[in-house]
Amino acid sequence: MDENLTMFEKIWRKHIVSEPTNQPSILYIDLHLVHEVTSPQAFESLRLNKREVRRPDLTIATVDHNITTDETRTQIIKDKIARKQVETIRENCKENNIELFDVWDNEQGIVHVIGPEQGYTQPGMTIVCGDSHTSTHGAFGALAFGIGTSEVEHVLATQTLRQRKPKTMKVDFKGTLSKGVTAKDMILKLIGQIGTAGGTGYVIEYSGEAVQNLSMEGRMTICNMSIEGGARAGMIAPDKITFDWMKGRNKVPKGNDWDKSVKEWKQLETDNKAKFDSYIDLDCDNLEPYVSWGTNPSQVLPISGVIPSPDDFKEILDAQSCQNALVYMGLNTGSKITDIKLDRVFIGSCTNARITDLRSAASIVEGKKVNNNVRAQVMPGSTLTKLQAEKEGIDKIFKSAGFEWRESGCSMCLGMNPDILSPRERCASTSNRNFEGRQGKDGRTHLVSPEMAAAAAIEGHFVDVRDWK
Amino acid sequence: MEKFIKHTGLVVPLDRVNVDTDQIIPKQFLKRIERTGFGIFAFYDWRYLEDGVPNPDFILNNKKYVGSSILIAGPNFGSGSSREHAPWALSEYGFKVIISNSFADIFRNNCMQNGLITIELSNDKIDLLMSNAIKIDNYKLTVDLENQQIYDQFGFESIFDFDEFRKESILKGLDDIGLTLKFEEDIKRYEINDAKIS
Repeated sequence: MDENLTMFEKIWRKHIVSEPTNQPSILYIDLHLVHEVTSPQAFESLRLNKREVRRPDLTIATVDHNITTDETRTQIIKDKIARKQVETIRENCKENNIELFDVWDNEQGIVHVIGPEQGYTQPGMTIVCGDSHTSTHGAFGALAFGIGTSEVEHVLATQTLRQRKPKTMKVDFKGTLSKGVTAKDMILKLIGQIGTAGGTGYVIEYSGEAVQNLSMEGRMTICNMSIEGGARAGMIAPDKITFDWMKGRNKVPKGNDWDKSVKEWKQLETDNKAKFDSYIDLDCDNLEPYVSWGTNPSQVLPISGVIPSPDDFKEILDAQSCQNALVYMGLNTGSKITDIKLDRVFIGSCTNARITDLRSAASIVEGKKVNNNVRAQVMPGSTLTKLQAEKEGIDKIFKSAGFEWRESGCSMCLGMNPDILSPRERCASTSNRNFEGRQGKDGRTHLVSPEMAAAAAIEGHFVDVRDWK
Repeated sequence: MEKFIKHTGLVVPLDRVNVDTDQIIPKQFLKRIERTGFGIFAFYDWRYLEDGVPNPDFILNNKKYVGSSILIAGPNFGSGSSREHAPWALSEYGFKVIISNSFADIFRNNCMQNGLITIELSNDKIDLLMSNAIKIDNYKLTVDLENQQIYDQFGFESIFDFDEFRKESILKGLDDIGLTLKFEEDIKRYEINDAKIS
């Protein structure tokens, strides 16, 4: 075949089970990740319809969303409704023979951290989960996207999904990042540019020098936040960095199979002459660290910025959105980002709580003390990440600086567990969403990189981490 | 799935952009293991004051809109989290139709799975319907899914796009999984071939 195909198209075609006329395609799913919050109704409905889980061997589960981040969680979850939800996934996994990584297992963690960590996530796969940040796994050259509970049930029963083919967008990050500027700043800048619906209907492929130079963790951060730009999936072609990162992990092929797989995975990259439906170029040479100031992830500014006025926006809806955000966030037009004072710092979430994120943040806080007005917390992305960090002494760096060092889970990214902001508390957060009430009713969230969050914890307000000494 | 064929209902205008699923159903209510019980928590942070009393300033609490079943909102409705609890909450509240300039992909999928109709209309039509819903008492719209038409009694009429396959499912109240299982042979064949390759 001398057709020129995008990576997305190659993976899509390979997974088509059937293309019934006038119907969405039936796509085979290679890996289904399950967690406690979006699955109970799916299992219940399966039972009511007397259907079985078709491929428990392609399904893995964990508990991450509602669990507490204190050590007592292995004994008891005090919140009765949350406990019931956790007990339900235990029963459902047992009944259906699905592997569950529970609170007492080292393999437990945020679902989008443990998939790659264990080597379940592999290039060329289709991966779904009842969670919008499933896009994370696209960093390995997989087609990965979030689904709702009815679709979770559909995958459990059929190992397939009904999908209309999305459009494709190529985002080219050109140039080289300065020291202190990260993948988080790249994706925040992109979302600021295209808006929270700019990627709706698209699968984004990220490419360019700045992406190729990123670690796998950085690539995961970018793909993770595709959904904040409206795209269900983001993907990056696998390369040597990908294969080196994967090699030897628990579930990846071994020996000859590994070599064979790598050879196949190398074929996935988009052909030179393949066409996308849309193109965006972004220059990273002069990229600054970014901070969100508003109540959606497109309301962002570089650290040198000042808070805008509704009058700065041409579109009425954007002006209205700005006005609402200023009121909710308690910010004044014209004030500097560096003057924003913080009450809380959260280093965690499926966006930025992997080992390299923790290392980078630790290097900022080493030998320093958290500002007296700030409560700062680290929730590692997985239990294995936590153990690795402890092996490296990273926990001690955080603790002696005055950070709380806690157990892994989604935690304050969405505040389903007791880790929430009080009304009007202001937080520098390494997570992905700054929606109203996301981290707690009337809580004020500013999205930043781990380095920026760490520096803000020390200074008590945002600073340009490029100048950090 | 609940069938939807044609519906006439009271229209409530929610003049906000980027209404995300955290707003539609806040996280503290996602711990339930049932599909029901979410309606009273829909738009919780906007709808109730801190002591749990209805917020008189929120549009759904306005007497004029009690019993509304059609919601019109600004663009990018349903962005953010994939929680299907959002359409469950909206349906249980009593909404049958959501109208916006644009919807987030996962949210729209989730609505279709529950027979909650999402209709995309152009900005000028949205503006007109919003202003009608504000100015005219007891303003109603009729949504005819079969003919993909939406109209009122004052002369407004528009067609809307809707996925053919999903339309058929919703009109007949079909079970999506049942439809896919008709392709059992294809799924099996795929699995056998796939196992051979790897």
